[in-house]
Amino acid sequence: MAKVLLIADHDGENLNPTTPKAVACAADFSPEALDVAVFVSGDNGVADQAAKLDGVSRVLRIDNPANEHCLAAMLAPQIVKMAADYTHVLVAGSTFGKDLMARVAALLGVLQVSDIMKVESDYVFQRPIYAGNAITTVEAPSDQVLCGTVRAASYQAAGEGNSASVEDISVDAELPDHTRFVSVETHKSDRPDLQTAPRVVSGGRGVGSGENFDIIYKLADKINAGVGASRAAVDAGYVPNDMQVGQTGKIIAPELYIAVGISGAIQHWAGIKDAGTIVAINKDEEAPIFEVADLGLVADLFDAVPELEQKLG
Amino acid sequence: MKLMVSVKRVVDYNVRIQVKPDGSGVVTDGVKMSMNPFDEIAMEEALRIKEAGNAEEIIAVTIGEQKAQEQLRTALAMGADRAIHVEVDEDIQPLTAARVLKALADKEQPGMVLLGKQAIDDDQGQTGQMLAALWDRPQATFASKVDLDGQKAKVTREVDAGLETIEVDLPAVVTTDLRLNEPRYVKLPDIMKAKKKPIDTTSLADLGVEAAPGLKVTNTAPPPERQGGKKVESVDELVSELKNRGLI
Ligand SMILES: Cc1cc2nc3c(=O)[nH]c(=O)nc-3n(C[C@H](O)[C@H](O)[C@H](O)COP(=O)(O)OP(=O)(O)OC[C@H]3O[C@@H](n4cnc5c(N)ncnc54)[C@H](O)[C@@H]3O)c2cc1C
Ligand SMILES: Nc1ncnc2c1ncn2[C@@H]1O[C@H](COP(=O)(O)O)[C@@H](O)[C@H]1O
Repeated sequence: MAKVLLIADHDGENLNPTTPKAVACAADFSPEALDVAVFVSGDNGVADQAAKLDGVSRVLRIDNPANEHCLAAMLAPQIVKMAADYTHVLVAGSTFGKDLMARVAALLGVLQVSDIMKVESDYVFQRPIYAGNAITTVEAPSDQVLCGTVRAASYQAAGEGNSASVEDISVDAELPDHTRFVSVETHKSDRPDLQTAPRVVSGGRGVGSGENFDIIYKLADKINAGVGASRAAVDAGYVPNDMQVGQTGKIIAPELYIAVGISGAIQHWAGIKDAGTIVAINKDEEAPIFEVADLGLVADLFDAVPELEQKLG
Repeated sequence: MKLMVSVKRVVDYNVRIQVKPDGSGVVTDGVKMSMNPFDEIAMEEALRIKEAGNAEEIIAVTIGEQKAQEQLRTALAMGADRAIHVEVDEDIQPLTAARVLKALADKEQPGMVLLGKQAIDDDQGQTGQMLAALWDRPQATFASKVDLDGQKAKVTREVDAGLETIEVDLPAVVTTDLRLNEPRYVKLPDIMKAKKKPIDTTSLADLGVEAAPGLKVTNTAPPPERQGGKKVESVDELVSELKNRGLI
């Protein structure tokens, strides 16, 4: 039997959409307990959101001014103190989770399984390597706490029919002062969140400029889709970094993915291979994206995308 | 100050890897090997810090088989001053790599250790954070900008929400993201010069490091195949396909 401690990823107001997916993964263990730790500085309802998630036994709220920006250096020593009561410590494999969990694991002196995509038993998992071009089955030692990050794209979010208890706890850990938050720059948008949107339209280098990205946004808005981009489009400054999809960007699994002016490098492919239907629009019929797209249209994107937008009306 | 940069030998990022039919791993024999692309970015950043007058010496470190010295030569050709090869026969996992780097950090006392945010073979993304934990120092992961200011560094990090900036006291661990810089090309004369630069060879035992128990890989399989390839002739056909599939 497993006793799982899951660390919630949130921005102070909302749970990150990867967390309900990580809860679904945690429920695939044989959990005797599935506790969610919410580190906050003054709670704006995050703990209550976590308490609704199916499968959660308890929500543990750790309210401390030091937790304001959820820095790994601050959270890790607290999690280490809490870990003694658990067999597994999990977190979603978001940038928050990746930054945090390996620090926790090393402080505990234990290994970590990154990007769990399938739980075969409490200590046997599947995880991707080589940008998802191979899937390994790995066995972790069962005589130590197991730290893991969850590949959120492999899971459906846990339902919200629960009402677990929320308990305030205090954790007595020595916190460092060597790391300080300065600022965060986010791009608020009213479009559906890239990581959870059922439909996503992405643009690549072929789009040519930031202004040209307007045709991508217009198409996305027409079908209520999130918007992503290839690395080349981000590097060229057409769009901000948080839109990058791929091995080193966001890994997503929408029902519909429309790749526009994207060649289909393996690193990009790594981010979309779980998508339901992949559509590619590219003027080069030899582009590798056509080998994997369910529906390919060889066309100039500046003609095809506005036409598509119009005809989807 | 000194800078330490870790470089891992991995299958080149352009190679389409093949899974062995018996499930025992991926084919690496006869496959092009390179420095992990994120480590090249770490090397480049160290060079820029030194060129700006903020560091005196750059030490490149690899942990791996004899052949990993090729990647150390590349690091030396890029401009590292010296290199350390921690020779091991088997692949090691992040916790052990972090223990090795910690032992070297104790010995060399660098002001900053730069690593890739992930090695593109195992995609674990752990070693930098683990080193920071064992060394009891700050970590600035997924860096896209590093500004040094005396005994502190301001680092901008690529996070899911956008760009986060943190300030860390040195010594610190920095892991690199793609947009931190564009690594330079190595020129032939630099490759010649690099041949004369020293590579020290050491071992886990010499460093007093015990390998941590690792994950046991019991099977390696190719991912599920996707049946792609259908082409549509026009936007109209695309629209009707999307409608038929209930996607629109
Ligand atoms: C370590 C590492 C990690 C990486 N991680 C990622 C990642 O996470 N995500 C990612 O995306 N990439 C990643 N990459 C980069 C990846 O290898 C590719 O370089 C990148 O995906 C290419 O982006 P692109 O398809 O937009 O550009 P290109 O490869 O330049 O393709 C542009 C495409 O647009 C088409 N096109 C041009 N004009 C038009 C037009 N008018 N109409 C229609 N089509 C047009 C062209 O035919 C071409 O196919 C990574 C690389 C490395 C080394
Ligand atoms: N065997 C190794 N030799 C040198 N550096 C390594 C090794 N393993 C990991 N690293 C460093 O740690 C980073 C992250 O690796 P990983 O945690 O395995 O994804 C890499 O980019 C390297 O900088």
